[in-house]
Amino acid sequence: MTKERIALALVVVLALLPLLFAAMGESYYLTVATRMMIFGIAALSLDLILGFGGLISLGHAVYLGIGGYAVGILDFYGINNGFVQLGVATLASAGAALFIGAVSLRTSGVFFLMITLAFSQMVYFLAISINSFGGDDGLTLNAHSDLGLNFGNTQVFYYFVLACLAFFLWLSFRVVRSRFGMLLRGMKFNESRMIAIGFPTFRYKLTAFVISGAICGFAGALLANQTLFVSPSIMQWTRSGDLLVMVIAGGMGTIVGPVIGAILFLLLEKVLASFTTYWGALLGMVLIALVLMGKTGLLGSMTKGGRSHG
Amino acid sequence: MDKRILLLAAAGLLAVPAQAADKITLGFMSTLSGPNAIIGTEIRDGMQLAVEQLGGKIGGLPARVIVEDDQQKADVARQLAEKFVQSDKVDAAIGFSFSNLMLAVYKPLVDAKTVTISSNPGPSQLAGKDCSPYFFSTSWQGDNWAEGMGAYLQKKGLQNIYLIAPNYAAGKDVIAGLKRFYKGSIAAEVYTPLTQLDFSAELSQIKSSNASAVFAFYPGGLGVQFVKQYSQAGLKEKFPLYSAYTVDESTLPAIGDDALGLIVATSWAPDLDNAANKKFVSGFEKKYGRVPAPYAVHAYDTIMLLDTAVKAVNGKIEDKPAFLAALRKAQFESPRGAFKFNTNQFPIQTFYQGEVKKGADGKPRIVIQDKALENYGDAYAQTCSMK
Amino acid sequence: MSATLLLEQCLNGMQLGIMLFLMSAGLTLVFGIMNLVNLAHGSFYMAGAYLCAFVYASSQSFLLGVIAGLGGALLIGLIAEFLIFRRIYKGDHLDHVLVTFGLTLIFNDLARLIWGPAALFARVPPFLAGQVNIFGLISYPAYRLAIIVVGLAVAALLYGLLRHTRLGMLIRASASNRTMASALGVNVVVLYALVFALGAGLAGLAGLMAGPIFTVIPGMGDNVLILAFVVIVVGGLGSVEGAFCAALVIGLIDTLGRSFMKPLFGLFLERAAADNSAPAIASMLIYILMAVILFFRPQGLFPPKSR
Repeated sequence: MTKERIALALVVVLALLPLLFAAMGESYYLTVATRMMIFGIAALSLDLILGFGGLISLGHAVYLGIGGYAVGILDFYGINNGFVQLGVATLASAGAALFIGAVSLRTSGVFFLMITLAFSQMVYFLAISINSFGGDDGLTLNAHSDLGLNFGNTQVFYYFVLACLAFFLWLSFRVVRSRFGMLLRGMKFNESRMIAIGFPTFRYKLTAFVISGAICGFAGALLANQTLFVSPSIMQWTRSGDLLVMVIAGGMGTIVGPVIGAILFLLLEKVLASFTTYWGALLGMVLIALVLMGKTGLLGSMTKGGRSHG
Repeated sequence: MDKRILLLAAAGLLAVPAQAADKITLGFMSTLSGPNAIIGTEIRDGMQLAVEQLGGKIGGLPARVIVEDDQQKADVARQLAEKFVQSDKVDAAIGFSFSNLMLAVYKPLVDAKTVTISSNPGPSQLAGKDCSPYFFSTSWQGDNWAEGMGAYLQKKGLQNIYLIAPNYAAGKDVIAGLKRFYKGSIAAEVYTPLTQLDFSAELSQIKSSNASAVFAFYPGGLGVQFVKQYSQAGLKEKFPLYSAYTVDESTLPAIGDDALGLIVATSWAPDLDNAANKKFVSGFEKKYGRVPAPYAVHAYDTIMLLDTAVKAVNGKIEDKPAFLAALRKAQFESPRGAFKFNTNQFPIQTFYQGEVKKGADGKPRIVIQDKALENYGDAYAQTCSMK
Repeated sequence: MSATLLLEQCLNGMQLGIMLFLMSAGLTLVFGIMNLVNLAHGSFYMAGAYLCAFVYASSQSFLLGVIAGLGGALLIGLIAEFLIFRRIYKGDHLDHVLVTFGLTLIFNDLARLIWGPAALFARVPPFLAGQVNIFGLISYPAYRLAIIVVGLAVAALLYGLLRHTRLGMLIRASASNRTMASALGVNVVVLYALVFALGAGLAGLAGLMAGPIFTVIPGMGDNVLILAFVVIVVGGLGSVEGAFCAALVIGLIDTLGRSFMKPLFGLFLERAAADNSAPAIASMLIYILMAVILFFRPQGLFPPKSR
């Protein structure tokens, strides 16, 4: 079963879920599933640079925050037009990714990891310090993004997010299967060879990084719409760690794997948390077991074959 | 004759209200995991003590309490709030650990007309312009203890005080609250990075200043660090340390003798002399083997408040307006003394000055010495539309 | 702003730097020798702090506490190495991230399970409490001076170990070429276990020294982990000398920055703006510094010679 078929099956299942929930009489599950899909989009965006570019970013959650705050700040000033809000969120995140990428992509490996972490920490502390937008207390939104749809209705919002997820899945598959995607993967396996052939590797990596940041920013805007609240805590490095885990555990480089990884990770977290306040330990054991059993990546991984060390 | 009896019977049947509640469901949410779990755990313990002392019944109704961990994440807290409303259909949402989480869950709860009682956070927006008849706080308004300390410093006529707090919303609010009542001169106003571990640089600055005293706000783990380092730097004698929300019964065991001599503002201490407090403290120490902290008191009061309110409406909590009115009346004895709500449904209480002294068992404890601010509500009640 | 204050702040900066070095020495060693990204480093730090504080409080003997903290961290490191880490050396960094992230979650919850969510009492031993008079100018906490002394001793010992002993030579040989060293008869498996335990022990030492001045609480290693990573990346991954220099530089700049940024800003900003922006920049200073250094020198200040 190809990755595209799995993605299609996933979208179909997700489309049918609301009917199941309605039959069970539990509309609350819709909000749970919506949140999972939003993080699925964020994880998918990370996979573009991690799975295909080999770039381990420990600061990806910063785009969730930038996208969210874009929506929040515009709402604060009374601008609720959905196109403006979502557009600004995406563009702001793309811009931030452009800047961060321009500086970070000069490094690689663990250095890249640390620099992306550093930038996300900087934005996090900045958000805490700015009192006008709530600072650490966060910013409450007065209204949803106005796209002509009633986002207050959980079903409507659910299907909108699902449509976005489906769109980004399709877009990512296109990008990855395109010449651009091939070049990205080539760079991941052997960058020196690519440079020798004459490709501007830096430019390609930066482009992928910007696209990834933009998509994640869009996810952040969706999250702000769902919770009608945005706070700096979404940008903490532990959240970036969660995203990394979702991608790795779901299967790097498969696009749909990370989406499933996000859903399962959040589901596991929720189920475990309802049993015990020591859910962290249980989650940790699951992660370790995943690696030790050699099953890093439920959907397999693009890297298990030609991995580079160090 | 028969017709009249029939009519009377029919009238009687029609007068029976909607099905009366046979139990009360409470949704309790606080931070029970992660580095700040101590606060949420203390709140939960105080709440559970109250339920136990009431025999598992609140106002005579069997109580079902759903305990959830918000993991200190705003989006998780929000989701749990929606679960309380849509899935569990709770009669009241209680608990809550931190103000940013409280703000995240406020709208979904209040818009669903769910009785919401905060056992800890008291954000200024909810005391003021965003107040709601469905929201109550049995703890405080967030600036209160700082205001109490400010009033005390003003009363003592102290001047040239060095202010230091972490650089985030609460830090700024606490300093602002202090300045609302303290009108003396300020030697310096310093905000430190939130995750800073080592205060040597700031302590050296203090040492070289001409301040007469220091006021610090460092909650939780930050407080433990700051006080220990302050004492180790030998500053306590020359620069007496005044604080609010920095040391309390939950952090004193970790700080130890380094906390001796600190002056704090508080609305409660274990040695407050009244019957409700004796029952609370002895019950808590027996059940959990440690001295309770103020957070536990606030949660205990939440349950006691619900108990008297449910009794007042004879268990008919489905009659929302009556239930809300009964809650607002708040006729119960808290370990802090007689409890009373302000017009914005935040408490009116007395704030004391306390000092950390060595107890009879050799361990440091907070001892109340003086009244700082009596029968005070908060600074935001006027902007609340409820009167 | 007086000369004594400046001197004292420099001392503070140096002390912070040495503290950072203690926290990061083990991490850079493990990365440099075994190419292992160890996010659980903070957990060994936490273990050292908890065990020392607990044993010291129960037995009233600081010596026993130190042995418990150091020995405990070493032991936990050895066990973790045997059970888990030795299987992932061959994996790539992502496997390391996943496993060590999971381990951190487990250790944090374990600490909360055993000792509860409240902070643990950890005190400075009486013989180190009190102030020391330096040059008759500054009175400085004795315990902080002790940290400086211990840190310098550790740095010297590590340097001596790696450069001037046979064991150090074996370690460096295995780092350069594991298969070759093994073929030449070096028991690489045992060696790696020793190095890992050493790394854990160093983290535990940092933890038990930090306990009395910081807060002993579940998750205390998380913030320290980031700081340690910043130090080793700036210093050059795998270089102990680099970590030492980077730690000192970062400690000094952070301390001096925090002390003098507000008056500096106050020179050309009005007071309220300076009050607000200075602490915000101060909290980002370490990261700004790292970003700048990596921009100009992506391999860090003192990358180890080619491997």
